[in-house]
Amino acid sequence: MSQQDSINDFMNMPDDRGHFGPYGGRFISETLMAAIEELTDAYESAKKDPEFLAEFDHDLKHYVGRPSPLYFAKSWTEKLGGAQIYIKREDLNHTGAHKVNNTIGQALLAKRMGKKRVIAETGAGQHGVATATVAARFGMECVVYMGAEDIQRQALNVYRMKLLGATVVPVESGSATLKDALNEAMRDWVTNVDDTFYIIGTVAGPHPYPAMVRDFQSIIGREAREQIMEQAGRLPDALVACVGGGSNAIGLFYPFLNDAGVKIYGVEAAGDGIETANHAAPLCAGQPGVLHGNRTYLIEDPNGQIIETHSISAGLDYPGVGPEHAWLKDVGRAEYVAINDDEALAGFHDVTRIEGILPALESSHALAYVTKLAPTMNKDEIIIVNLSGRGDKDIHTVAARDGIEF
Amino acid sequence: MSRLEAKFISLRKAGRKALIPYVTAGDPIASVTVPLMHDMVKAGADVIELGVPFSDPMADGPVIQKASERALVHNTSLHDVFAMVKEFREVDNETPVVLMGYLNPIEVMGYAKFAELAASAGVDAALTVDLPPEEGAEFVAELAKYQLDPIFLIAPTTTEERIAKLCSVASGFIYYVSVKGVTGAATLDTGAVADKMAAIRRHTELPVGVGFGIKDAASAKSIGAVADAVVVGSVLVKQADAHQDNPDAVSPAICAILSEIRGALDSL
Ligand SMILES: Cc1ncc(COP(=O)(O)O)c(C=O)c1O
Repeated sequence: MSQQDSINDFMNMPDDRGHFGPYGGRFISETLMAAIEELTDAYESAKKDPEFLAEFDHDLKHYVGRPSPLYFAKSWTEKLGGAQIYIKREDLNHTGAHKVNNTIGQALLAKRMGKKRVIAETGAGQHGVATATVAARFGMECVVYMGAEDIQRQALNVYRMKLLGATVVPVESGSATLKDALNEAMRDWVTNVDDTFYIIGTVAGPHPYPAMVRDFQSIIGREAREQIMEQAGRLPDALVACVGGGSNAIGLFYPFLNDAGVKIYGVEAAGDGIETANHAAPLCAGQPGVLHGNRTYLIEDPNGQIIETHSISAGLDYPGVGPEHAWLKDVGRAEYVAINDDEALAGFHDVTRIEGILPALESSHALAYVTKLAPTMNKDEIIIVNLSGRGDKDIHTVAARDGIEF
Repeated sequence: MSRLEAKFISLRKAGRKALIPYVTAGDPIASVTVPLMHDMVKAGADVIELGVPFSDPMADGPVIQKASERALVHNTSLHDVFAMVKEFREVDNETPVVLMGYLNPIEVMGYAKFAELAASAGVDAALTVDLPPEEGAEFVAELAKYQLDPIFLIAPTTTEERIAKLCSVASGFIYYVSVKGVTGAATLDTGAVADKMAAIRRHTELPVGVGFGIKDAASAKSIGAVADAVVVGSVLVKQADAHQDNPDAVSPAICAILSEIRGALDSL
């Protein structure tokens, strides 16, 4: 009997210490312990408070524009000649990605806790923009840490954050990408722990972040479940989402975890290929370790040093992954696959040309996997793919690949 | 009796405050470290805290971050660090050595193997910044098999309840992080340190060391007045940065600072 068969509830994780099996937990310095306990208490009370939940729902509806559509991609389905493809349109959210679902939740919590200053790390800049956006709205001071290299490749989002009143701090240490931005945000938090709320952008970090961010993002899957029942009259056969830290993916997956007939695919960034040293696919090609407050799969060397990752998409360029995904992989409930830079670009162009939707390069990894998966399935089967964000921010990267300079 | 216990007993008898320098192993090059350890003992160090370099030193300020980066240019690994301690022990079998770092290199090696190799190299204790006692039971149990001490941090934000819990699992000594922030950062509030010291001593008989924010003889002296041990890191590591192109100059520069601090502590 596989582990999957012996588990009948995949939705009751984590335990009260934040463990998803052997993963997750709280691996942080003592200085942050009190703040993390305060946050845990605040979140535990908020999530049971109808007033908090109503405010969250209200903002998702009127500020973000939810529910986001579940769109049947007819042309693309016909082109691929296999399963019916439904696209969950998180790109249509205010600020252009799923990230805002989470920043609204955390900002409401920060407000409830009386914190006047918020900080965030960002890779693609989408989480930074989503944080700067809610900070502007709540009149909070906002500092965003961003790797110097990512500042280069996501210039548009950097300027958006500045327009929104945030301070963007370039991080030069280490590999100057997302993981280093997270390190620097942690250092800020340790230093300003009394008045600062750290809005983590994905299902990583110490407990309660992985569970809390999942809960906020689960709106994606709850809506998709209702929408597919309405449109197709049944549950999907497969779910597909890209996995950086894993927040858009777990947001889609979580409400379906106990539906045994629904296959779940998380798509990591293979960069130049997982057989090379240049990728960002810890679940496909990494080992367990401890980083950024939790135990999970990491891309690391035999001495436990974290290795620089590579992906064409800044938002997937991270050596770790949320601990719940690590657990879902080990117990066999979800399958994790990898898509390389070239395949992702092809997915980007396909969906742009065939469906008139310009996806983020992160999301393009999920779309590229659909182009492989759909033809292997029957025409009466259904795939839901999460289109986590829009691609405007990536135009420069795509153009540069085609040799075009603006 | 462990080396740490023996050391603190003899220090107490002599009425001497412990001076604990921190340096990163392999910074700026591997050959510097063992001679530097011996030199620091001569300059008045009682215990040596040897940093194990890590790619993502989240609790460290820029000075110690760069030290890790320099050491990692040469791929200084845990195995290398053990080899350094072993070499140090060929001459010095008394000065306790505490390894300080982050959990992941130990996690990847395996707790049992780490404890075995650390003990056989002559290491006395391990301080892992990102391993609170809630997650540390298994690690502590492995260390205990070899009489290695787990050193835990207490912070300004630590509640009295947690102080009690931390004191119940710690051995060797207690390390009080005197400022909210990363290593090498803010300035010290001696009054606040004294208050917290009293709270800690209500829960333990263990010696208490204070680190983070001790920059010179004066701050060492004011902390030495309330603590059993003073940990000095970033000001020393700065010397490895300043002399990275001339590694022979690193040890004299570090020891000059240590001697001054030793003098200040001895004047208490
Ligand atoms: C559009 C988009 N999708 C996906 C991601 C990856 O994050 P996660 O795996 O947490 O969804 C990002 C991160 O920046 C993003 O901007």
